[in-house]
Amino acid sequence: SYLFIYLFYYITTKATQFFNSGHTNNWAVLVCTSRFWFNYRHVANVLSVYRSVKRLGIPDSHIVLMLADDMACNHRNPKPATVFSHKNMELNVYGDDVEVDYRGYEVTVENFLRVLTGRLPPSTPRSKRLLSDDRSNILIYLTGHGGNGFLKFQDSEEISNVELADAFEQMWQKRRYNELLFIIDTCQGASMYERFYSPNIMALASSQVGEDSLSHQPDLAIGVHLMDRYTFYLLEFLEDIHPASQANMNDLFKVCPKSQCVSTPGHRTDLFLRDPRSVLITDFFGSVRKVEITREAVNLTSAAEQPVEATKEPKSEPLSYVDQLPVAEIIHQKPKQKDWHPPDGFILGLWTLILLVFFKTYGIKHLKHIF
Amino acid sequence: MGLLSDPNRRKALTSLLTRLNTPICVVCYLAGIAWFMGLAFEPFTLRTYMSENAMGSTMVEERFPAGERALATAREFAAHKRKVGGMPVEWLVKTMQARGLEVFTQSFTRTLPFPDENKERYMVRGTNIYGILRAPRAPRTEALVLSAPCSPDNSNNQAVGLLLGLAQYFRSKMFYVEFDCTSLSGFFSHHSGMDYTPLQGRAGSIQAALSLELSSDVITSLDLVLEGLNGQLPNLDLANLFHAFCQKIGVLCTIQGKLQRGDWDTAEGYTHAVQTMMLMVLKQASGRPWGDHGLFLRYHIEAASVRGINSFRQYKTDATTIGRLLEGMFRKLNNLLERLHQSYFFYLMPSLTHFVSIGYYMPAFGLLATILLLRALDLWVQLGTPAQVTEDGAVLFIFSYYKSFLSPSVLVPSFKPSMVISHLTGVALYTLPVLSQETAVEHFPVSETEAVVLTAIAIYTAGLALPHNTHRFISGEGTEQGWRVLKLVALLYLAVLLGCTALINFSLGFILAITLVPAAACVTPHMPKALTALAMVLLSPGCTLLYCVFIFQELQEAPVTLPEGWMLFLSVISQGILDHSLYGSLVYPLLALLIYPCWLLLWNILFWK
Repeated sequence: SYLFIYLFYYITTKATQFFNSGHTNNWAVLVCTSRFWFNYRHVANVLSVYRSVKRLGIPDSHIVLMLADDMACNHRNPKPATVFSHKNMELNVYGDDVEVDYRGYEVTVENFLRVLTGRLPPSTPRSKRLLSDDRSNILIYLTGHGGNGFLKFQDSEEISNVELADAFEQMWQKRRYNELLFIIDTCQGASMYERFYSPNIMALASSQVGEDSLSHQPDLAIGVHLMDRYTFYLLEFLEDIHPASQANMNDLFKVCPKSQCVSTPGHRTDLFLRDPRSVLITDFFGSVRKVEITREAVNLTSAAEQPVEATKEPKSEPLSYVDQLPVAEIIHQKPKQKDWHPPDGFILGLWTLILLVFFKTYGIKHLKHIF
Repeated sequence: MGLLSDPNRRKALTSLLTRLNTPICVVCYLAGIAWFMGLAFEPFTLRTYMSENAMGSTMVEERFPAGERALATAREFAAHKRKVGGMPVEWLVKTMQARGLEVFTQSFTRTLPFPDENKERYMVRGTNIYGILRAPRAPRTEALVLSAPCSPDNSNNQAVGLLLGLAQYFRSKMFYVEFDCTSLSGFFSHHSGMDYTPLQGRAGSIQAALSLELSSDVITSLDLVLEGLNGQLPNLDLANLFHAFCQKIGVLCTIQGKLQRGDWDTAEGYTHAVQTMMLMVLKQASGRPWGDHGLFLRYHIEAASVRGINSFRQYKTDATTIGRLLEGMFRKLNNLLERLHQSYFFYLMPSLTHFVSIGYYMPAFGLLATILLLRALDLWVQLGTPAQVTEDGAVLFIFSYYKSFLSPSVLVPSFKPSMVISHLTGVALYTLPVLSQETAVEHFPVSETEAVVLTAIAIYTAGLALPHNTHRFISGEGTEQGWRVLKLVALLYLAVLLGCTALINFSLGFILAITLVPAAACVTPHMPKALTALAMVLLSPGCTLLYCVFIFQELQEAPVTLPEGWMLFLSVISQGILDHSLYGSLVYPLLALLIYPCWLLLWNILFWK
């Protein structure tokens, strides 16, 4: 019986620990900001994170995936409809069930900020919205080309770290997140999280200011680099995580040390209220499975008696399709006007008259020259 | 008062200008020459690098396997060529179609203004055959071109074979852009006077083109030829691409036929770099296309020629490796998103890995042009100060200054007739040689080509006699003002001409400037006539051409004796005229219509009475 008490105690502590994070749902916003064929690796980065996040339980309805260019169907792709992340084409991250929410030219700074702050036009479909509340944990992953304090979108515009920090502050004030994990894999990525000032944000970057994030390996058949180093090792790390795993953030900070990444990954935890040691990876990458422990038994065997509705429905007329677009009523058309011509005989007579007058005036002898 | 409006200060400035004019001019000239020579010094040059992002970061493993089959096709092509005695059009069409290309032919003819003795033809006639390899999944908006020139003799067969082999290989690969295989001999027939059948196939706008010249089964090195028509060069990224692939595949690559040396700090290394750069300068100045690619450049299509050279080296490269190199280059060009525009369009290359951009070489020309401007300024000042100033007072001084300078009695008659006569001589030099070849052939026992060339030289030399005959027409004669005004106008005219030429074709402008600027700066009627006349003739455009011919032969390591050089000079003149009529090369009209009259003006000044 001591064993039973011990197990019981163990389960309840685990359970309470399970609810320590305070969030009830998970969202993910995954953005690839670069277009062009030679930026294949950025799309592969995002799709790898997408894959991990889906595998660990976040459904498509809770993922906002933004891809700036279409690599799978690019004319230059020798293996169409695939995006590989490992060389020798071991892992196709494009798969069969990728759901891209913002594609191509829709991936702009404005759309990204609108998604984060929720200021979208009313016609935006649900799949394009971040419908988070104050108990959501959000994972935000950005990748592309960046610099000191900015991230380049689509080769034409940039988002600065100040704008991003302000967007997160707006989210905090609108109670749109419980906790936020921000991961960025670009050159000088650490500059993007320098300016954050809202609480409950944890940030990771693939390189420090002044360093370049390097790509991992080229594939000689496709002819491009397939992934960036940081995300490659992140993917390897995440492949070992399963929905019930207890790995915490400190393990995530250790992903891709300088020996593997060449750049120095950085992280920022000062705005985060909890200790990173107690934050599970699945708090952000996975989805919450809410388990309620009950001590009473619920009786499921007796069937409940349902009163049968015996009301008779009134007889309705036979239905027909409504004329949805009564064209004749809408467009009042006048009959087409035919051009009026004078009658043919009249023209003939007129010309005869002219000829006769002519010959009268100038003499009838010219008439024989004509006939 | 301001610096230039205060008469005292202005007098001080102008006296400074007059005093220091000659030393500054000499210094500028020497500095210009030294700057130009210093361009080849390696620390002053930049290493070449891939500017285009789309081409730089992508890499493919080249897997072209069919080198031997390409050579077999080449032998078949040679056999058919011998059998037909020209270009085996039907065989080529059939073979290209068998490889899955859409084949079209285009025939063209053009009669030359006079027979070409070098190539022994009096008309240019041929058939272009081009095959289009369609990309399977792409819109038909972009294309790449691989071409091989075909000639009736036994050369360049291997290039055609390799071209067909590559076409077959590329068919099995996923390509984005369409691929044109052409066997050209004069693809561009938009010239007036050329009869051609219209083009039928459409492929998309051409992004880049490569012309291949291979005459042997194995090669020891690949030579890159960049200079095109009128000295136009392709984007430097194309040269960078070629070099990158040479390094990757491990083929020896040269430019101007010269291998790169590693020792830039020794005298031999530096001379080698200078020689390579001078070869490029001379080739660019000649304005003729040095490969089939030269004609693509006019249409803003980046093109280069790759020539295989088989010399006496131990290590030979076979056709499969060349095929791999071309495959790699085309795969990289395949990934281009826009036309090549990131790298330089104006550059000089002292070696394949180093280049000098326009910002570095233009000051050399600028220094030479400054001499002309300084001299012109000096003359302006001299013309501005009247002979004596009797009245005092600023107003009258300024009045007499303007009056003496702007009076039409001084200005107009003194230089207008000279200008008109010189330009008429230039027009005669441009038109008469070709027009009068029949009469010349009737009266003298020479062939048409010789007649044309010798007429040109005759008109050129006849221009030397002009001052004695035309001084009657010049009414401003006998005045000091007259020749000064003429010289001022001539200097400014020369400066504008050379400046415009240097902007389009730096090499031509610079070479003309080297000889013409000292002549223009120094010539006055007061110098000893015989000596100066000799110097002027030696610095004239015709003699510059002669020197260039000799220097070019020296640099090619095939030095010629004086009579051979003279014959070469004559053939260069005839080629220049033919290039102008065939391709639209602008060197001959520029020299005949603009530079030569300018030089005649200076000659007129020398013999001013």
